[in-house]
Amino acid sequence: MLSVQSVSKNYAKKVALDQVSLEAESGKIIGLLGPNGAGKTSLIRIITMITAPDGGEVYFQGEKMRQELISAIGYLPEERGLYRKMTIIDQALYFGRLKGLSKSECLEGINYWFDKLDMMDWKKKKLEELSKGMQQKVQFVLTILHKPRLIILDEPFTGFDPLNAEIIKNEILGLKKQGACILLSTHRMESVEELCDDITLIDNGKVIIQGEVDEVRNRFKKSEFEFIYEGHLNKSLKGVLERKDTALKGGRTRSIMRVAEDQSTQALIQNIMQEVHLMEFRELLPSIKDIFIELVGTRI
Amino acid sequence: MRNITLVTGREYTSRVQKKSFIVMTLLGPLLLAAFYGAIIWLAVSDTQNDEKHEILVLDESGVFSEGITPHGNLHFSVNPDDTSAESYYGTLMIPANFSIDQPLGARYISSESLNIVEQSSMENQLEKSIKEQKLVRSGLQKETLDSLNTDVKISAAKISGDEIKENNTMINAAVGFAGAFFIYLFIFLYGVQVMKGVSEEKSNRIVEVIISSVKPFDLMLGKILGIALVGLTQVLIWIGLSTALMAIITPLITSSGMNPEEATQMLQQGQIAAPTGQMNFIAALFQLDFGTLIFGFLFYFISGYLLYSAMFAAIASAVDSETDTQQFMFPITIPLIFSIVVAQSVVLKDPNGDLATWLSMIPFTAPIIMMVRLPFGVETWQLVLSMLFMIFGFIGVTWLASRIYRVGILMYGKKPSYKELFKWMTYKG
Repeated sequence: MLSVQSVSKNYAKKVALDQVSLEAESGKIIGLLGPNGAGKTSLIRIITMITAPDGGEVYFQGEKMRQELISAIGYLPEERGLYRKMTIIDQALYFGRLKGLSKSECLEGINYWFDKLDMMDWKKKKLEELSKGMQQKVQFVLTILHKPRLIILDEPFTGFDPLNAEIIKNEILGLKKQGACILLSTHRMESVEELCDDITLIDNGKVIIQGEVDEVRNRFKKSEFEFIYEGHLNKSLKGVLERKDTALKGGRTRSIMRVAEDQSTQALIQNIMQEVHLMEFRELLPSIKDIFIELVGTRI
Repeated sequence: MRNITLVTGREYTSRVQKKSFIVMTLLGPLLLAAFYGAIIWLAVSDTQNDEKHEILVLDESGVFSEGITPHGNLHFSVNPDDTSAESYYGTLMIPANFSIDQPLGARYISSESLNIVEQSSMENQLEKSIKEQKLVRSGLQKETLDSLNTDVKISAAKISGDEIKENNTMINAAVGFAGAFFIYLFIFLYGVQVMKGVSEEKSNRIVEVIISSVKPFDLMLGKILGIALVGLTQVLIWIGLSTALMAIITPLITSSGMNPEEATQMLQQGQIAAPTGQMNFIAALFQLDFGTLIFGFLFYFISGYLLYSAMFAAIASAVDSETDTQQFMFPITIPLIFSIVVAQSVVLKDPNGDLATWLSMIPFTAPIIMMVRLPFGVETWQLVLSMLFMIFGFIGVTWLASRIYRVGILMYGKKPSYKELFKWMTYKG
């Protein structure tokens, strides 16, 4: 659905994007990750044609991106912005119509979403009368009001309490189910793992990693295992490079072990089972957050 | 185009629904009418105050035994039989030792204090009488003396084509300058609204949301046009209401009951030889070509506003907050301030001079300078040329402003230099 091909952008002496490519299919959520200033917003602005790239192309629904196709995109920028003195219904009508909806289509969409997200009472209120979380919710609805095929969400959970963040998360999953392609730019790594199918990590304008979430995690795994057992386990185990034990309730122990690359997992399990009563065992994959920190340092 | 209409519509409706707009729109004509009423009342109260003021002159010297010539509403009764002071406005006492060579000791007594105009005209009449007596004494005949007095009044007229029109320089200047001043005021008033609007959209990051659906140029133009319509609505309501109010107020104030059209007609038909007072004022006012004036006012108001507001929009887009706009405001407003200063001096003195003509061709100064010139009569080719320049000027400036706007509106954090603004104009994409 969306294909970004070798896009580059320079601002004065700074390289904002360097040969960035990205593919996004409908019915999928793509996580766009990167530290501040990595080039995420620049990439989004090029996709939405707010700025033109210096090199490369963007294709949308099989066609080269052009102004007429923009109305099929819903963009929720990180810096939210609505008119403070305008009523919610007027803003919804204005933004919906700018996206090409007729007045009646707008009203239909407004009624559907406002009812679904329990916002009916806000219609006649001015934006400045609503709390920050409420304003965020309004902005989210305005982004998806025109049923966009591509939804670009830049930090969609900022400002929401956990309950509302959950509601928005479910709505995003619902939109995915309906076939929308969602580009999710966020720093909240737990939501990346929960929501995203694929990720693209950008740093200094370049793509560092790209791929399916699980595949990326597998790619970065470090032969770490978790064992939960009852009994006493010998300190030195063959092939274990690092080991960290934690006492649990009921005399159980959790051991996290990093083992040598050439160590057979089968043999290790057998060794352990000879000494203790093994209750649980799993391989530990690095979280996206771990990978992120490992790759871009502590700049976030 | 659809988006420009939508943006224009939002700008228009959100503004005309504001309480401040409604209050100002209704209050404006009332203030204007009150102002107009006050001027007419002042003009009229002076001339209508023609109640005869009989002054009792007790002349012990006999210098004025032949009487004193009345002036305006001042009449003099020299040593009358009935000297009961009650029926007189005041008493002028001329002592016995008062002579034409030593006119000292005259004294005026009354229950009301004498105003400066009356005192001056009383002195003038006494001086005139003494002067005549001195001339007679030097051998001049009374008849010769009378034949020397001549009264000349000039009524200005202007030829345009075959038509001769009454003309009043003061009225022309007042109307022209008032129109120019309103244009100056409106450009600032509505231009600043454009600036605030752009600033609001930029600082509240609304533009990030909108710009993905609307081209920056459309957004800027929509805003400018929307606010232009607000201004136009306000001005048209003002013109309508003011005309209606003035039509009501004028006969109320001018107790003579003569309406301006009648006065004008009478003036044209020579029924009034030398118009005076309110008649002169009103008649001259109604001699003006209101059609051209109103059209010219609306054209220069709108085109001047469009030209300047595009620049205001560009400034607001370039900086992060409204407070940062000051630095760039100044150079933009210089031509406006220059125009209004020049309008008061050079242009009013010589409305068809070289400087006035040239300045009325340059789009940055034309709205004010041409407005000042209009009541004095401007040749059609000059007006057409000036209007064409104005239209091209607006298109050119808006195009340049939109180049700055599209870059500036998404640029945060750094206040640009003039060099950078210039660079933005040449950016591609």
